[in-house]
Amino acid sequence: MDARVSAKIQDVFEEPACEHNQNKSAKEKKKGCTKQLSPGAAAGGCAFDGAKVALQPIVDVAHLVHGPIACEGNSWDNRNSSSSTSQLYRTGFTTDINELDVIYGGEKRLFKSVKEIIEKYDPPAVFVYQTCVTALIGDDIEAVCKKASEKFGKPVIPVNSPGFVGPKNLGNKLGAEALLDYVIGTEEPEFVTPYDINIIGEYNLAGELWQVKPLLDALGVRILSCISGDGRYKEVAYSHRAKAAMMVCSKSMINIARKMDERYDIPFFEGSFYGIGDMSETLREIARLLVEKGAPEELKVRTEALIAVEEKRAFERIAAYRPRLEGKKVLLITGGVKSWSVVAALQEAGLEIVGTSVKKSTKEDKEKIKELMGQDAHMIDDMTPREMYAMLKDAKADIMLSGGRSQFIALKAKMPWLDINQERHHAYAGYEGMVDLVREIDKALYNPIWEQVRRPAPWDVAVA
Amino acid sequence: MATVIESKKACTVNPLKMSQPLGACYAFMGLDNCMPMMHGSQGCTSFGLVLLVRHFKEAIPMQTTAMNEVSTILGGLENIEQAVLNIKKRANPSIIAIASTGLTETKGDDVDGYLNLIRRKHGEALTGTEIVYVSTPDYVGAFEDGWGKAVLAVIDAFAQPCDRDAGLVNLLPGAHLTPADIEELRETIEAFDLRVQVLPDISGSLDGHIPDNFTPTTLGGTRVDTLRRVGAAAATLAVGARMDAAAAAIEERCGVPFRVFDRLTGLAAVDDFLQYLSELSGRPVPPKYRRARTQLLDVMLDAHFWVGGRKMAIGAEPDLLYALATTAAEMGAEVVAAVSTTPSRVLEAVPCAEVLLGDLEDLEMRAKAAGAELFITHAHGRQSAARLGIPLLREGLPMFDRLGAAHVLRVGYRGTRELILGWANTFLADEHVNTPEDWPLPQESIVAASEGSQASGCGSGGCGCASSAEIPETVASGT
Repeated sequence: MDARVSAKIQDVFEEPACEHNQNKSAKEKKKGCTKQLSPGAAAGGCAFDGAKVALQPIVDVAHLVHGPIACEGNSWDNRNSSSSTSQLYRTGFTTDINELDVIYGGEKRLFKSVKEIIEKYDPPAVFVYQTCVTALIGDDIEAVCKKASEKFGKPVIPVNSPGFVGPKNLGNKLGAEALLDYVIGTEEPEFVTPYDINIIGEYNLAGELWQVKPLLDALGVRILSCISGDGRYKEVAYSHRAKAAMMVCSKSMINIARKMDERYDIPFFEGSFYGIGDMSETLREIARLLVEKGAPEELKVRTEALIAVEEKRAFERIAAYRPRLEGKKVLLITGGVKSWSVVAALQEAGLEIVGTSVKKSTKEDKEKIKELMGQDAHMIDDMTPREMYAMLKDAKADIMLSGGRSQFIALKAKMPWLDINQERHHAYAGYEGMVDLVREIDKALYNPIWEQVRRPAPWDVAVA
Repeated sequence: MATVIESKKACTVNPLKMSQPLGACYAFMGLDNCMPMMHGSQGCTSFGLVLLVRHFKEAIPMQTTAMNEVSTILGGLENIEQAVLNIKKRANPSIIAIASTGLTETKGDDVDGYLNLIRRKHGEALTGTEIVYVSTPDYVGAFEDGWGKAVLAVIDAFAQPCDRDAGLVNLLPGAHLTPADIEELRETIEAFDLRVQVLPDISGSLDGHIPDNFTPTTLGGTRVDTLRRVGAAAATLAVGARMDAAAAAIEERCGVPFRVFDRLTGLAAVDDFLQYLSELSGRPVPPKYRRARTQLLDVMLDAHFWVGGRKMAIGAEPDLLYALATTAAEMGAEVVAAVSTTPSRVLEAVPCAEVLLGDLEDLEMRAKAAGAELFITHAHGRQSAARLGIPLLREGLPMFDRLGAAHVLRVGYRGTRELILGWANTFLADEHVNTPEDWPLPQESIVAASEGSQASGCGSGGCGCASSAEIPETVASGT
């Protein structure tokens, strides 16, 4: 493997801010946090997928995939990350290397591709993604990017995270490393305010950031840079001037948050936009950090006032569903923070959580689950599709909330299902999002189709 | 007839093409109780799986050998061995069908050799599970090639000479046929009192039916015992030029004669098919199809007002492009831009001056230059069509932003009827309403009308209302 990639991976594995790591011996740390994948029984994306997912929401950049057609051709424009301006990030660029490139090397084609993109699309920057095949044949994307940057006078950023170095989560972090190495700190904002924050690890899926932004706007807090949802290249480049940062979505970009704290003295906290209590806690943390960094104390007062009004409004709207949802059983199959962050809102609506998956959750996540659901909380570590099907079929749950991969398990069991992962079209962030989530659950549970699809055909009844 | 050219660009923008191993695994989806698996890093499978899930809105069984950089360098024997044993233990399928990827082909894994070793070592443990392998590097060919190679590999693995059954035919559908298409062809063939075995049969597995129980493998499709009986058929019917090799392979091994229908969309093509079935079975064309034929004729008559003379841009894999473009031309439409993914003998027969092996950026630019009024390609054409401001009709895979991909019907009289109605209705919905400003007079006419002189033109020469050669120097320069 490319020595630079292995050094990066080692660096990422040793992430000190990750509490998994804090409990490990030096030897364990070196082995890394990547579980050995089991051939024939594996699911999930690769490191390239992870890096692309993490960076593609930077909307005005051309994202160029250097590799065979599979890596981009089979996967492009398949996520629901929203943009308020440029749509260039949804354009699929790939070198689509052929057999001759595999034999003679693909570097020339890569260089020419960057040139064509700059001539035709003139983006503020080009991100070049390494893939397995081009890594294996030894294409040096760092060198090509350096040469192209000099030649065209434009940032051409290498993202060295070929699929075979590990799973998606590792790719998230390697993508983040590319930003730290080549982008962050390279430009200056026109002006700064004491209310400037970064949001790290938020991808603006289904436009969720826009459910939260009005709250920050109302407080006068400016999102200097969101990494990377609805982000622009220059915003990421000058993000080092923020006063504080919030790290979203468990730990997918913890290395950016910690290293920016280290390098630019930007303190961060880990927060979530999912769930009412979490949204409020997030607003409080933002205010606290900004005040610590010199913003006027009164920000905290205004924040509390806003929280009081918004929480009351949200809970009133959710309580209206209580008579209809009381006692309905929910199976929650998701990862990380969502394994607990939506629980409070669901409980507020009277729903009972019969199980929550903790496959991707940290120890801290699990503690929070116990806190919310009691000591005997049913935590599911690794549920096979067959077990999920059985649980739904036997009506141990009334509805499953999960990602798109498992939706057909529920639907084929003729049970309601709601998408709460990245491919969803509904936004569930902030106070608004929780009300929407409860409304969607209600809509799903009370749809008249369930009764119809479960009723046997008349001739089957006659036989029985 | 078209000249086929290849794009000269270094950078593919907005790919039309998908990769070979995905096409191969898609074909494997049409085998009953099968677990398709890509030999590559886990992302290869993950991307393909997501694409098919989004297209069919179905659970897609597909596994990976989860290669990492070390196992890639050392060779994938151990990973394939573990994967096969794991799958056997967890899912116990009838077939494990493996497609290689760019990664493992670059390294040069000898998978056939590995499988021999694995069979020898674990023969007993693997009883009841067949293993099929096809070589499909990502950096060669496209989706359709992968499908064709996979079908060929399955025939190679199972076809054997058997006693002939005069009432039995093989049907080899191309990658462009939907579950509904296959269902339609099956019914049509059965209407001639013939029995049909379909290979591969995605209509059994991806038609969206709800099974009584959960199964981790494919939910239906061609069974292994059927695969062993392809040699028993009286004839093989193949749909699409990509199926040439597979149909010929059955003949070579088992002596079953074959006929390849390059398309089964369009009046003449379907006539041909029914005539063939009638001759093969010795039965007349059933009344149901005679009636369907006149319904199609009626629709063609009604629709030609709206479709005739309209300009279409089509981007699709060769067999689908050929079926759509020829039908469009038969309706009097003009195919002004045609883009495809991989070489095929049918591309030269596409009714368009040129067929480009390229991407959706090429199709968009050509559509724009030629003033196309309808954009026809898979769902990824949505951004292009929006920029061009013309309607998009989704054809082929993936179709992730509309429902019912499995039920789209494009073959037979009924399928052709649906296709033509779709075009006509799109043009009807998009019909231009005339306004008072639609027919402005040229400047020349206005000047003529106001000044009463015919030959003066607008006077400047710059508007092109008269050729400058005819205008004296002094007038042309405005003095």
